[in-house]
Amino acid sequence: MAFLEFQNISKTFDGIPAVDDASLEIRKGEIFSLLGPSGCGKTTLLRMCAGFERPNAGRIILNGTDITDLPPNERRVNTIFQSYALFPHLTIFENIAFGLRVARKPDVQVREEVEKMLQIMQLKGHEQKKPHQISGGQKQRVAIARALANKPEILLLDEPLAALDLKLRQRMLVELDAIHDEVGITFIMVTHDQTEAMGISDRIAVMNRGKIQQVGRPAEIYETPLTSFVAAFIGDTNFFVGQVAPAEDADYCTLRIEGFDPVLCFNDKKLQPGQTAYVSVRPEKFRIHTEVPEGHSRLNVLRGKVTDVIYEGGHTDYWVDGPGGYRISVTRSHQRFGLDEAPITWGADVWLSWHADDGYMLEQYREDDEGLLRLPSPADASLLTELPDES
Amino acid sequence: MKRSRFPLVVTVLVMLFFYLPVLVLVVNSFNRSRSSGPWTGFTLDWYVRLFGRRDIWEAFGNTLIIAVSASAASMLLGTLAAFALHRYRTRLQDAHYTMVYTPLVVPEILLGISLLLLFVALGVERNLTVLFIGHTTFCISYVTMVVLARLQDFDFAMVEAAQDLGAGPWTIARRVIIPLLAPGIFAGGLLAFTLSIDDYVISFFLSGPGTTTLPIKINAMIRRDAPALINALSSIMLCVTFLLVGLSQKLNKENRT
Repeated sequence: MAFLEFQNISKTFDGIPAVDDASLEIRKGEIFSLLGPSGCGKTTLLRMCAGFERPNAGRIILNGTDITDLPPNERRVNTIFQSYALFPHLTIFENIAFGLRVARKPDVQVREEVEKMLQIMQLKGHEQKKPHQISGGQKQRVAIARALANKPEILLLDEPLAALDLKLRQRMLVELDAIHDEVGITFIMVTHDQTEAMGISDRIAVMNRGKIQQVGRPAEIYETPLTSFVAAFIGDTNFFVGQVAPAEDADYCTLRIEGFDPVLCFNDKKLQPGQTAYVSVRPEKFRIHTEVPEGHSRLNVLRGKVTDVIYEGGHTDYWVDGPGGYRISVTRSHQRFGLDEAPITWGADVWLSWHADDGYMLEQYREDDEGLLRLPSPADASLLTELPDES
Repeated sequence: MKRSRFPLVVTVLVMLFFYLPVLVLVVNSFNRSRSSGPWTGFTLDWYVRLFGRRDIWEAFGNTLIIAVSASAASMLLGTLAAFALHRYRTRLQDAHYTMVYTPLVVPEILLGISLLLLFVALGVERNLTVLFIGHTTFCISYVTMVVLARLQDFDFAMVEAAQDLGAGPWTIARRVIIPLLAPGIFAGGLLAFTLSIDDYVISFFLSGPGTTTLPIKINAMIRRDAPALINALSSIMLCVTFLLVGLSQKLNKENRT
């Protein structure tokens, strides 16, 4: 049974929907992330869980009890705020003790609990400092300690790493994971950063425009996105559009894409011949060749011209102008010593291949989701190709 | 490179311009001469005489009662007004802001006359309560503005955090909001206090027999008493005012991290 359940939650602000009929089930003890661009309603959903907002419709059930109408101070749910919201007039010790003091716990118990938290969060020796005397990472740990001292059933984290710099963010992510292992309670995290969400979460809900687009494990979300939004928002991808035609094997279909040879796709959605369909192929699913690759029955091959090369050390990103006016993003990882590989440079004629199983057909597609891709605009592209000719 | 002396010269000149009259006043309060003319010798006589004047002490008492009560009332009302102005962005609050702001820019004499007319129309006797109300009207504006400025950098997520940790409204006010805003509230209160203490115009219209305040009293004394006595009294008031302004600025700097 679900530990925390959102049932058909809707919330509008001044008539504008922020969350639109969202239903979610969160399991006990997992790290669950609400992921989406700003304004997608993820924070509103979290704030409704904390009790700072009331939904216009729907119920929130925690452990079998309806908590929809409970005020925040009566919920066994605690929040880590994006700004941490530490009390600047209190010491670190008193900050952590705040909830216990409010609950009128005896002094001895307060000291014991706070000491334990200081121990876990490695804040020993800072207890008499004020919040402005400690670093960003330490503030974050104080905020977590303050929330956990209340022994919540769920810890809510609102963009917990947004205020930290990159290096610290990566370290805190590992620390958060360790803290979760230590306390074992349910974490619900709101983030707009997909690497953050993918790295730490057991499951993710991807949201856009107030609607939950997909819920699943990080790998499920990445490999089998339900909508073009999910495909484009999580990682990068290439979309191709065409008409479905039957293939020899019933599990597959061919996609007739303008300018392409027939493309073989794994047809797990059982799309019917004649239907317009989209297939998403991620940059790393392509192999890039300088000669015609040896084909086999499930391999799709297309020809193109390299228009841009971005060397990143561990891998290289290529932009390849393919048939049908498609501009394709390809990633080649350098597993072998990079200098030994034949370099593929700007202007080279190449062949791209991908296995029919590695493309993923989309259930829902919206043109404007392509705006999320890091596709260079055609104007930039023409500029790039024209410049060398002039010199 | 040689640094220009110009800023230093200007600073000294400005300081002289501001504080020379005050210095003359303080020095003269120790002058034996009755008319504050040429220096005829050091004396504490004027201060001693000052302590013997019951009417002055009565006026001083009135001033103190008014200043303390008016600044206390405006601290409470001004803080509440600042909260309303900060929290709600409605037409009503726009009007509210204008009402709070107006006393800061309207000539004081207008405020004094209109208050007088109001109390006369109501048939109210001019007692200390009338003075208290009059002073509170303009003191509220100052407190509101100071507290409002503090609220601009107040992170309301802290209120939510306190609520999240189990605190009810009363606990939040007592343990989070008031301690954090206290420096601002007190700074506003001290400002109100100093303004009330040396207010002349409004007190002039609203004071009656038996409710003379110190500034009114001093004005009356200029005609009858030795100027040196006034010098001594003014020096004392000056000290008190400086002390309070200093304290107010110190409070305003604290917690502003």
